[in-house]
Amino acid sequence: MMDVGRHPRIKLLAYSEVEHVSGYVGNFNVKVRKKARYVDEKECNSCGECEQVCPVVKPDEFQMGFSSRRAIYKPFPQAVPSAYVLNEEDCLGTNPIVCGKCQERCEKKCIDYDMQDEVIDLEVGVIVVAVGMDVFDPTHLDEYGYTRYENVITSLEFERLISAGGPTEGHLIRPTDGKVPRKIGFIQCVGSRMEKRGNPYCSNICCMNTIKDSLLLKDHYPDVDVNVFYIDIRAFGKGFEDLYRRSKEEGVRYVRGLPGDIAEDPVTNNLIVTVENTTTGRVERHEMDLVVLSTGATPRTDSDLVQRLLTLSRTSDGFFLEAHPKLRPVDASTKGVFFAGCAEAPKDIKDSVTQASAAAARATIILNSGKIHAEAITSMVDVSKCTACELCTRVCPYRAITSDRRTKTPATVVEAACAGCGSCGAECAFGAITMRHFSDEQIYAQIDAVLVENPGDKMLVFACNWCSYAGADFAGTSRLQYPPTSRVIRTMCSGRVDEKFVIHAFKLGAALVLISGCHYSDCHYIDANRSTQRRVDRLWDKLERKGIRPERLQLEWISAAEGQKFAKTMRELDEMRMAVTAQEIEHTRKVLASERTNRSHVQVS
Amino acid sequence: MASENRDVRIGVFVCECGLNIAGSLDCEEVRQYAEGLADVVVSVRNRYTCSDPGQQEIKRHIIEHRLNRVIVASCSPRLHEPTFRQCVAEVGLNPYLMEMANIREQCSWVHLHDWQGATRKAKDVVSMAVARARFLEPQEEAEIPVKKAALVIGGGIAGIQAALDLADAGHQVYLVEKQPSIGGLMAQLDKTYPTMDCSI
Repeated sequence: MMDVGRHPRIKLLAYSEVEHVSGYVGNFNVKVRKKARYVDEKECNSCGECEQVCPVVKPDEFQMGFSSRRAIYKPFPQAVPSAYVLNEEDCLGTNPIVCGKCQERCEKKCIDYDMQDEVIDLEVGVIVVAVGMDVFDPTHLDEYGYTRYENVITSLEFERLISAGGPTEGHLIRPTDGKVPRKIGFIQCVGSRMEKRGNPYCSNICCMNTIKDSLLLKDHYPDVDVNVFYIDIRAFGKGFEDLYRRSKEEGVRYVRGLPGDIAEDPVTNNLIVTVENTTTGRVERHEMDLVVLSTGATPRTDSDLVQRLLTLSRTSDGFFLEAHPKLRPVDASTKGVFFAGCAEAPKDIKDSVTQASAAAARATIILNSGKIHAEAITSMVDVSKCTACELCTRVCPYRAITSDRRTKTPATVVEAACAGCGSCGAECAFGAITMRHFSDEQIYAQIDAVLVENPGDKMLVFACNWCSYAGADFAGTSRLQYPPTSRVIRTMCSGRVDEKFVIHAFKLGAALVLISGCHYSDCHYIDANRSTQRRVDRLWDKLERKGIRPERLQLEWISAAEGQKFAKTMRELDEMRMAVTAQEIEHTRKVLASERTNRSHVQVS
Repeated sequence: MASENRDVRIGVFVCECGLNIAGSLDCEEVRQYAEGLADVVVSVRNRYTCSDPGQQEIKRHIIEHRLNRVIVASCSPRLHEPTFRQCVAEVGLNPYLMEMANIREQCSWVHLHDWQGATRKAKDVVSMAVARARFLEPQEEAEIPVKKAALVIGGGIAGIQAALDLADAGHQVYLVEKQPSIGGLMAQLDKTYPTMDCSI
């Protein structure tokens, strides 16, 4: 922490928030609001005189409310920047007539009640998102009585009580009577691996944190009786199993089973923990002096704001989604943005540091090169055809297109922000958008080439570059066999597949068309494949209305690892293809004859 | 709007890939078929197109026949597209004018026992690539200058480490922290596992 404060190339903007981000990789413009601290950060030497005269007493957030602070305070002794801060909401008033005691006392004259918020403009090439996590609030888990019983505390509260820098200087006492607890119970998975009342995921850190706490307890108080109630102990990291074994050797008792109920003895304030020990199959009661809830990790409540500012995605658990779960685990889907720490998923200190260094290295690649090559496969707008309908701006996962219906401002593409999925090209109803290297003409030419001869014997397959095409390749490298009736057209994303392509293929007599793309959470263009789903839904409706069996258009999500699934799909679809009769194909041709497919070229055979 | 280029000169290079392709389908039939497609000026069969001799042959034909489109019918573009893009660029052809026809992963390897079917499919795959190639246009990857500074949002352990690494690498770093001090959740921990040392 100190290193950050004194590094010549780090400008620390504490008590500040990012308010606005515009631009794109290599050229982000950022507005940061530096909140008024009312204390000159550079001049303050933390003498603490101000706090001695402040009449306002508030719970100390750093100490989890176990002690108090003043309206003017230093968050904790080692804080960086090492300066006091005046909390405007707590202060009696920054009007010296009302109080003004701290300002009078400060000899260095660091306190300025007229200080204003400052908005700072930054120009940066890369952004690292390290917004961290929140801790699960166990209040609503009634069976644990967190708010009813004072001697039920959370693991973070326990940290403060056992810390030498804590309110008790490291002497563990229990809240009701200030005595050293003799029997302590830890309850694991509080808020984690709970489908309904918490979060379904494992929070990663709590097992090891409890094992660490149990060792601290045994170190400070060798006679203390420590019990851990758990589902499984997940001690998978380097050196973790050793710690777990040591904890057991030191006499910590591990009881497999989560308590169903905690009741308080009204006289002693001891806690009666009822648990089904799943190893013995018996219900046990344990009387504890203190119970610690090993609370899980949750995404930060302000994640929405960061998500919006940087056009990021989040997984269903609420943490930020990386560009690829295995191959690009620190990149965000927005180019030039990287993740470090718990913003991406709960992780411990070692993993946070590792990911932070990885993020810094990835960011350095861009900064060191001094320039970046923009994606050549981007979209291009023909302004004369654009009606400013805004459809393209709505489907763009990167917000790379701007247009305005009210002012009739036609669409423009910020090419550096465009990743080239082609969703806009598929969405545009006016043929105003051309996808470079995957233009309508190029794709129509491929469809025509396939279907010029014996179309009924073939299946047309659209496969996205990253998942389904790679899945088809994987079927090949695995030598999985399937009928030779499929013809694959590669697009960067399934979102590129225009409804017109499908209609065109059926017009030419295709028996069956498959659109395949990445699974929802794997889309390489954030969520462009959701546009695919919408288009296919529309097409199914349309085919049904026209009396064409919707089953002749298939949609499958096939990942790069699913060679088996690709081969199986090919085998199944070929069976379906064979069931499509010549009369059916002829009927389809007739029904769709009047459909315009914006085909603007003549096939040369 | 791109329009069909009338002076298209296409070269097709059919790779046998040893027996990987030639063992399951008729490469010579595919080569001859390609030769008969419109705008195809030359059609060649190679033992291994990706090898140095194979690449040299592509380059030689580009120069000799003034080719402005190249089709490599071989493996997946996910494997060798960069190889052949670089190959054509070395003799001055825009890399985006090279198109691959995947007749290995998605043809010979998945239809090992259907010589006729695999050959028919390979011909279609080449014909699709030729049809597409007629409409290919040169593409440029624009160069965008980079602002040599980094923003790190959040001053917990991860933000601190990222900021220090970036700054030590010589870059200006802005570290934005919402709270009055950096340190984040980590600063509230007493000791940390697995080394059991102090968090601050």
